[in-house]
Amino acid sequence: MSTLPDPAPETAAAPAAPSAPAAKPGSEWLHYAVRNPKLIIGAVLVVILLAVGVVGPMLLDNDNPNEYVGPQAAAPDGTYWMGTTTFGQDVYAQFVHGLRATFLVGVVGGAIAAVIAMVVGFLAGYRGGLVDEILNMLTNIVLVLPALAVLLIINAYMGVRSVAVQGLFIGLTSWPWAARAIRAQTFSLRTREFVDLARLSGSGTWRIVFREIAPNMSSYLFMMFILLFGGSILIASSLDFIGLGPTEGVSLGLMLQSAQQWSALQLGMWWWFIPPGAGITAIVGALYVANVGLDEVFNPKLRES
Amino acid sequence: MRRYFARKLLIYALTFVAAVTVNWMIPRFMPGDPVAAMVARARVSQPEAAEAMRSYYNNLFGFDEPLWQQYLHFWGALLQGDFGISIFVFPTPVGDVLLDALPYTLGLMIPSVLLSWFVGNWIGALSARRKVLDNTVLPVGYLLTAMPYMWIAVILAWAFGANAGWFPISGGYSLDITPGWSTAFVLDALHHWVLPFLSLFLVALGGWAIGMRNMIIYELESDYSSYLAALGAPQRLIRRYAFRNAVLPQVTGLALQLGVLVAGALVTEIVFAYPGLGSLILASIQNQDFFLLQGAFLFIVIGVLIANFLIDIVYVVVDPRTRTGMAGGTS
Repeated sequence: MSTLPDPAPETAAAPAAPSAPAAKPGSEWLHYAVRNPKLIIGAVLVVILLAVGVVGPMLLDNDNPNEYVGPQAAAPDGTYWMGTTTFGQDVYAQFVHGLRATFLVGVVGGAIAAVIAMVVGFLAGYRGGLVDEILNMLTNIVLVLPALAVLLIINAYMGVRSVAVQGLFIGLTSWPWAARAIRAQTFSLRTREFVDLARLSGSGTWRIVFREIAPNMSSYLFMMFILLFGGSILIASSLDFIGLGPTEGVSLGLMLQSAQQWSALQLGMWWWFIPPGAGITAIVGALYVANVGLDEVFNPKLRES
Repeated sequence: MRRYFARKLLIYALTFVAAVTVNWMIPRFMPGDPVAAMVARARVSQPEAAEAMRSYYNNLFGFDEPLWQQYLHFWGALLQGDFGISIFVFPTPVGDVLLDALPYTLGLMIPSVLLSWFVGNWIGALSARRKVLDNTVLPVGYLLTAMPYMWIAVILAWAFGANAGWFPISGGYSLDITPGWSTAFVLDALHHWVLPFLSLFLVALGGWAIGMRNMIIYELESDYSSYLAALGAPQRLIRRYAFRNAVLPQVTGLALQLGVLVAGALVTEIVFAYPGLGSLILASIQNQDFFLLQGAFLFIVIGVLIANFLIDIVYVVVDPRTRTGMAGGTS
């Protein structure tokens, strides 16, 4: 780590600074990637959960996971693998649909936050001067504002119907730390010779950013996206739990919310509140562990042995 | 140093203005007819409450006034401490409702945030470069940070409350005790406080431990550490220097994490029906009590800004570079 980025709010394990471009970074990274247990365990877990979320709902007979199909408040058995809720909803059906919604909110929220962070970070870091001052001020303001509190107000007034809209709002509020990190990286890259050369040959700002600067921190950008992805999932689950989740469909956070609302805890219905939380923990934890693995793959200094 | 604080205060002032503006703008520019929609959605049973709501909103929007005047009026009311009247506990002013809940939230948050920060940093510093300890701290740390706050709260409530019966799982105190400064009440409140505290403490712990571990490893690999080692300095001394350097980003990290920590406290309170801001926010959403929700939002923003400022002061104390006007303190 040559320049130290700010610790990410979602996890203190900040990704390392971009390493100097190797001769053939792709094949070298691949060499280390397939030998990194953290990356493999994390990635395999994420892929399995994603597969369950994508394929699981297709294998169900019933399209609506909220329908009252089974006996009420039944413990897990052969028919209902994760039991049923107080109303006779199949917890397994809700779980697989919820996994899908959770991945969706992570992708939408993470992608939007990443795009805003890149635009703001690159522009501020590359242009500098007044543009930097203004964008930096904006970043600092949004950074200090507690995202969940802002989302509470927005969601309460607007009402959020779909998971995608929820992801959109989350993306709009969770970009600042990433923008700051990108700005710092861009700052250190923009005085390098190859950037000067591109400037001398008359390339425009965005061309230089995307052809010269971004490729040199692609690993960093990718890891940042993973952290934003995980963060979006956690924020969405909190919003769902407070009762401001999407009004259509089901998500892991909404499952926790209804379990709480209908006293699953007091009734001892552990199969209602254990799976959704375990699902969120597994996705986010696997993402973080894979991220640490990626960090070791991209950054030679962190490699073991 | 003066420049450092001036810059920080400017950012906080602008943030507060932005928060108030959001608070003013969102109900104003939401699609549809806001007043009618909100009065209808509120489904208030008491007619005087409905009337208060309608007149408050009409006053707030003030359709006959130009926009800038409405905005100024909004600020005027706010600066006089007028957050509106709560619908949920009509006709108590929102400010009073929030002030009653505040001690519970602060009593939960301040100890859990500070303790998890100290203990987490301590564990992280111990585990860095010590294989055996590291192998347990890392996985447990990642597991804890990945857990949603409400889930760990539910699990603790289930294990130690519903199953073991050691701790109560709902409320801030027993219903048969009147709140006051009697020994019985304090002990009872502490008994109710343990589980929410523990769940907030545990989730935050993992992140601090991992962050500190990574920072110490980074510092131990830096030139000054190698130099000290080459001089033959004891490992203890090198670690102490590394710790002092590694703690700086952790202080900044605390400021960055405040929003996440507040969010965690809110949902944890909801799990335990703890009578703080989180439970109020839940009630205000369920009762469509928008004044209460907006008031809670401003309370949270003000709290976070004050906390940020306190952390800035701490940063100046622990990082001598900020005092001499050199680099550092970028948050």
